[in-house]
Amino acid sequence: MPEYNLNVNGQSFTVEAAADTPVLWVLRDHLRLVGTKYGCGIGQCGACTIHLDGKAQRSCLTPVSSVENAKITTIEGLSEDGSHPVQVAWKEADAPQCGYCQAGQIMTASSFLRENPAPSNEEIRKAMHGNICRCAAYNRIEKAVAMASEKLT
Amino acid sequence: MRPFTFTKVRNSAVAVKEISEKEEAKFIAGGTNLLDLMKFDVMIPKNIIDITGIALNYIKNLEDGGLRLGALVTNSDTAYHKEVENRYPLLSHAILAGASPQLRNKATDAGNLLQRTRCYYFYDPATPCNKREPGSGCSAIHGYNRWHAIFGASEKCIATHPSDMCVALAALEAKVNVTGPNGERNIPFEDFHRLPGDHPEKDTNLSKDEIITSIDLPANGFAENFSYIKNRDRASYSFALVSIAVGLEMKGNKIKEARIVLGGVAHKPWRNKEAEAFLNNKEANRENFEAVADVIVREAKGYEYNKFKIELARRSVVRALMQAAKIEE
Amino acid sequence: MATNFIGKPKNRVDGRDKVTGTAKYTAEFHRPGLLHGVVVSGTIAKGRIKNIDTTAALRLEGVVEVFTHINTPKQAWLDLSYKDMDAPPGEPFRPLHNDKIQFNMQPVALVVAETLELAQYAATLVKVEYEVEEHRTKLADHLEDAIDGDGFRAGFVPPKSQGNFKKAFSNSEVQLDVEYFHGAEHHNPMEMHAATVFYEEDGSLTIYDKTQGVKNSQHYISMVFGLSKKKVRVLSPFVGGAFGSALRPQYQLFLATLAALELKRSVKVELTRPQMFSFGHRPITIQNLKLGASPDGKLKAISHKAFSETSRFEKYVENVVNWAAKLYDCDNIEQVYKLVRLDMYTPLDMRAPGGATGVYALESAMDELSYKLKMDPMELRLKNYSEEDKSEGKPFSTKTLRECFQKGAAKFGWEKRNPQPRSMKKGHDLIGWGMATGVWDAMQVPARAKAEFSADGTLTVGSATADIGTGTYTIMTQIAAETLGLPLEKVKANLGDSDLPFAFIEGGSSTAASVGSAVQKVCEKIAKKLLKEAGKIKDSPFKGANPEEVIFADEMITDKINPSISMSFAEIMESRELEKINKKYMLLPNMLKQNKYSRNTHSAVFAEVKVDEDLGTIKVNRIVSAIDGGRILNLKTAHSQILGGVVWGISMAVHEDSFMDHTFGRFINHDLSKYHISVNADMPEIDVVFVEEPDMVVSSVGAKGIGEIGMVGVAAAIGNAVFHATGKRVRSLPITQEKAMT
Ligand SMILES: Cc1cc2nc3c(=O)[nH]c(=O)nc-3n(C[C@H](O)[C@H](O)[C@H](O)COP(=O)(O)OP(=O)(O)OC[C@H]3O[C@@H](n4cnc5c(N)ncnc54)[C@H](O)[C@@H]3O)c2cc1C
Ligand code: SF4
Ligand code: FES
Ligand code: FES
Repeated sequence: MPEYNLNVNGQSFTVEAAADTPVLWVLRDHLRLVGTKYGCGIGQCGACTIHLDGKAQRSCLTPVSSVENAKITTIEGLSEDGSHPVQVAWKEADAPQCGYCQAGQIMTASSFLRENPAPSNEEIRKAMHGNICRCAAYNRIEKAVAMASEKLT
Repeated sequence: MRPFTFTKVRNSAVAVKEISEKEEAKFIAGGTNLLDLMKFDVMIPKNIIDITGIALNYIKNLEDGGLRLGALVTNSDTAYHKEVENRYPLLSHAILAGASPQLRNKATDAGNLLQRTRCYYFYDPATPCNKREPGSGCSAIHGYNRWHAIFGASEKCIATHPSDMCVALAALEAKVNVTGPNGERNIPFEDFHRLPGDHPEKDTNLSKDEIITSIDLPANGFAENFSYIKNRDRASYSFALVSIAVGLEMKGNKIKEARIVLGGVAHKPWRNKEAEAFLNNKEANRENFEAVADVIVREAKGYEYNKFKIELARRSVVRALMQAAKIEE
Repeated sequence: MATNFIGKPKNRVDGRDKVTGTAKYTAEFHRPGLLHGVVVSGTIAKGRIKNIDTTAALRLEGVVEVFTHINTPKQAWLDLSYKDMDAPPGEPFRPLHNDKIQFNMQPVALVVAETLELAQYAATLVKVEYEVEEHRTKLADHLEDAIDGDGFRAGFVPPKSQGNFKKAFSNSEVQLDVEYFHGAEHHNPMEMHAATVFYEEDGSLTIYDKTQGVKNSQHYISMVFGLSKKKVRVLSPFVGGAFGSALRPQYQLFLATLAALELKRSVKVELTRPQMFSFGHRPITIQNLKLGASPDGKLKAISHKAFSETSRFEKYVENVVNWAAKLYDCDNIEQVYKLVRLDMYTPLDMRAPGGATGVYALESAMDELSYKLKMDPMELRLKNYSEEDKSEGKPFSTKTLRECFQKGAAKFGWEKRNPQPRSMKKGHDLIGWGMATGVWDAMQVPARAKAEFSADGTLTVGSATADIGTGTYTIMTQIAAETLGLPLEKVKANLGDSDLPFAFIEGGSSTAASVGSAVQKVCEKIAKKLLKEAGKIKDSPFKGANPEEVIFADEMITDKINPSISMSFAEIMESRELEKINKKYMLLPNMLKQNKYSRNTHSAVFAEVKVDEDLGTIKVNRIVSAIDGGRILNLKTAHSQILGGVVWGISMAVHEDSFMDHTFGRFINHDLSKYHISVNADMPEIDVVFVEEPDMVVSSVGAKGIGEIGMVGVAAAIGNAVFHATGKRVRSLPITQEKAMT
C-alpha cells in the first residue's frame, strides 16, 4: 500500500493507505483524530467537515491521495482548549445538543467567517446549509455564528 | 472498498490513452458523485484515473464573445465568477440552487454533466434496475416514482437527470468540448445527454474513452430576462422535483427569442423548441405564457406517484416566464 | 447565594468537550488489535436463506471470520433471554439465529477483518441465495386482519372507552368524521449505531454501545450470552443523538459481542446510514376521528380509532388514541387501537411515540370541527378544557395549559387572525395561521444515585443514566451543586456506565424527574451527614441541629435565623478528619401519591405558514410554543430541547417519509439525501414560552420533563395553518408540495 505524508494540525504524519481511502477514515482510524465525525460517508451530512488549506471540505469525499500537499486542519487543531471564538460562541449559545454534528458545523462556520467576518443572517444561513443537525439546533447554530462574528470583528 | 488502481495524469492526451487502455476505467474529478456510487457498489471501476492534475481549471473569454469553462473548474468558482455572474446569471442561479457550498467547492463542471440519476433503485443493488444492470428490469415504473420522468421516458427506464447546472446550460445552448482517441470534437448540449430508450445504461453520447475538456457558452447569456425556479422537498440541499430555466430576448414587451428548459422531469434537460417558437414575436403576458405551458406539458406522462409534476411543471413554466419577463402581478 | 443554579440558563458542562472534539462516542474508543466488523444486510422481506457462501470473503488475507447463522454458536435458547427492558410483548428478534428472514435488511452475516476497508470489501463478496416467500408490508391492505393493540409494556396504557359514544354522536348537532394518515419515519441520529467490545484478559467484556440505557444493554448481553453481570461492563458516556433508536439493544451490540467472545478479541461494529433504516421506525397509522358537538361548541362525543403496524414477532404498542380524554371535557369517548402484523422489523419508539401521531390526528380534527362550528379554534379548546383527566377520573398534578394558550396567543398575535381561509396573502404567498394543543406524559421512574464528597471540597455524583443531548450531565451537576451549595466547577457528574447505580433507560422525558430527584436526595444525605459531623465538633453551634434549621450554600452550613453562625465544609471535614463522605440513594416514585393524579405536560402551539398559491411550496414561517413542563431546571438546555422538538414537528409535518416499496418490502429512500429531514434553511423563527409551575407530585425537583412535549402538536398546528392559508385540508403527512397545491 502506498504511503502518504500528511500535514495535520501543523504536525507531520506518514500513513499507509489505499489511494482512495477517504481522509475521514485516515483521520479517525489511522491517526485517531476522532473529532471529525462520520454521519453518512457520502457527502450528504457535513459531519466530516475539515479545512484543507483553510477551506471547509467534506473529508469523506476527499481521497487521501489528493491531500498530500495540503494543510489539513481538524476540530482538534482549531484551538487547544476550545478558545477559538467560534468554539466560545458555540458554548455560550448552547449550540451543541448531542454534539455529534458540531465539529462539522464549527469547521464550516470557522472557515466561512474567515472569508466573511461580518456576514448577514442570510449569508450565514446559506453558508451553513450543507450541515445537517438531527438535534435540530439550527437556530442556535446560526445565532452562534453571529455571536462568533461579533467576537471576531 | 474493492481493489482498484489509481493513476494520476497531468494532461488530456495521457488521460485518454490511460482510459482507452485500461479495463473498466473511470475518471475522477471532484469525486462527489463517483465515490458515493462506489460506496453503494453501484459503480465498480477497476481503474481510476485522477484528472484533477490536468490544466483544465480556467475560465476564459472566447473570440466570438462567448465564454469557455474548463472541465475542472468547480461549480462554486463558476457560479461566483464575475463574467458568469454578469453575463450568465441564469447559470449562476442554477448552480447555486444545487447541493451545498462545500459540495460545490469540490464538484467540477464536467462532473456535474456526468452525475448520475438519483433514482432510489439505481442506488440500491438489492433491487433490479436496467440502468445499473441492463436487462434486470426497472423497479421504478411500478414502484416509488415520485422523482421520476414525465417526459421522454421508455419502458426500460423512467429516471431523471438530477442536475441543475445542466438545465441552464441547455437553455444557453452550450457546447461540450471533448477529446478522444480520434482527436477533438464538440457536442451541442442538446445532444449531450440521451433519452433512455433501450439503453438506459448510457446517460450521454460521450464515448467511454473521451474526456470533457471544457464547456463553451455562446455570447448571448440572456442576462436581462431570465429565471431559474427549483421545486424541491426542502428549502435547500435536495434535488429538483421540477426545475425550470428560462431565458428571454425581449424587445419592448415583445419576445424575440425564448428558451425554456425543464429539469428533474426527463432523462435529460427537457426542451421543447416548438413551444419556444410559439412565443416568437408574441407579447409577454400571462395568457401567452399559459398557452406555451400547455403546449409543453401536452406530451407529459405521469406515473403513480409523480402525476403532480405535470401540473407543477405547467405552473412553474408560467411563473418562470413571468419572472423572466419581469411582469408583476 | 452564589450556589443557586437550578432554573438558570447555565452553559452545558460538557459543552467544551463537544466543541473541541474531545467528547468520545461509541465507535471512537480504541485499543491495539481492535477488529472491524461489517454487517451484511439481507435483501428480501420474507423467506429463508438457502445458501450463504463466505469462501471468497474468507480467502482474503486479513479477514478473520465471517459469522452467519450456520457457524454462530447457539446462544440462549429462550426468547425470554432476549427480552430487554423496553421490549414489547412477543419474541424478540435474534440475530443470526437461523435461516429465517423476517424483514428486509435483516443482518445475515458479520464479516470481521483487521481493517474497516477490508471488512467492507469482504462483505461485498458474501453471496446469499434466498428462497423467497410472499410478504405483506402494506398496512392499508390488511386492516381486516387487525388485532387488538394490547399487552403489557412500560408506559403503555391500553385505551379505554367511557359513556356511550354511538348514542351521543348520533345526537350531536354538529358531526365530523375524518381519516388521517402519516408515513413512516426513521430516527436517524447523526451518529450511527455502533458497539465497540473490548475483550479483557480475564475474559470479561468492556463494551461501548450506543444506548440510551447502559443497564439495559448489560442485562441483554448477560442474558443472551449467559455471562455474569460482573463480566459485562457497558459504557456510553456520549450518545450522538438517539431519539428512541437506542432504547432497545440493537443488533450491532449482539454481533460485536458475539464476535468478541468467539474470537477472544476486541471487535467494533459500526452500522452504515442505509442500515440505520433496518431496525425500527415510527409506525404508520391510519386514524379515524369522529367528533360530535352541540352548536355552541361543547363536545358531546369523541371517537378516536387507530390502525398501526407491528412485526410478526413482537407486538409494538404505543399510546396513540389515549389523549382525547385527557385534553377534553367530554363524557362519551371511544378509543380503539388496532395493530396489523406485517413482515417488517418491530417499530420502535421515536420521539413522543404515539403522542406525536395521535395528537396530530386529534388536533387536526378539532381544527376541522372549529370551522364547522364557525368558532375560533382556540375558543373551541378552551370551551372544552378539561379540569380533570376523564379517562382516569383524576385531577392533574399540575396543568398550566390555559396560561399556555393565553401567553402563546399573545406572543403570536392570535387575536388579529381573520378566521376566513385564504384571507391573508403577500405576493404569491398565501399566509395561514393555525394552532394546536400538545400533551405528553410526565413520568417518574425508579432511579438510584450515589455521591462522594471529598475533603478537597469536590463532589462526584453518579447514576447509570444517559445524556443523549438532553443535558443530563448539566442538570445533574446543577442539582447536586445547588443542593449541597457548591460551585459548579466542584461537581462532577458521571453517567453512561453500568458500574454506576441503576437508572432506567433514558426515554419518555423521565430522566430529569427521576435521576434529577435521586441526585437531589443523595446530595441531601451528604448534607445531613455534614451537618451531623459539624455538630460533633467541640463547641459546635450546630450540635443537634436539624437540616431544616440551616442552609447549605457557598460551601458552608449557615444558620437560617442567625446567618453570622456558619461553618465551612472544609472546616468540618478537617476537624472531623474525614477524607470522604459516600452516600447512596434509591428513588422509588411515591406511587400512592402519584396515582391520585394524572401527570402530564402540555403545550399550546401556534404556527404561521406561507404556501405558494400556484406551486404549493410550503414554508413554515413562525412557531410559538408555550410549554407546561413543570419547573425548568436549566433555561438554556430546556430551550434547546423545545427548539429541537419543534423542528422535529416541522420535519414530521412537511418532510419526513420513509417510503417502503411494497414489491420488495424494503424502505427504499434509505440515505440522507432521499430521506428528508429539515435543514437550517427550513427554519422558522421559533419562540418558546415556559409557563412554569413546579410539579411536586411528579418529582421533588418540580420538573415534569420536556424532551418530547416540544414536538407534540406541532404537525397539527402546521397542517391547520396550511388549511387556513389555502382552504385545502390535507389529511396525510408529510404535507409535501403537491398536497398543498390548490
Ligand atoms: C448530497 C449531494 C447533493 C447534491 N445536490 C445537487 C443538486 O441539488 N443539484 C445538482 O445539480 N447537483 C447536485 N449534486 C451533484 C453534484 O453537483 C455532482 O456530484 C458534481 O457536480 C459531480 O462533479 P465531480 O467533479 O465531483 O464528479 P466526479 O464524481 O468526480 O465524477 C462524476 C462522473 O463524471 C466523470 N467525469 C468527471 N470529469 C470528467 C471529465 N472531465 N471528462 C469525462 N468524464 C468525467 C467521472 O468519471 C464520473 O463518472 C449533489 C451531490 C451530492 C453529493
Ligand atoms: S428508472 Fe431507470 S434508474 Fe430507476 S430503476 Fe428504472 S431503470 Fe433503474
Ligand atoms: S460523513 Fe461526510 S458528509 Fe456525511
Ligand atoms: S447536536 Fe446532535 S446532531 Fe447536531
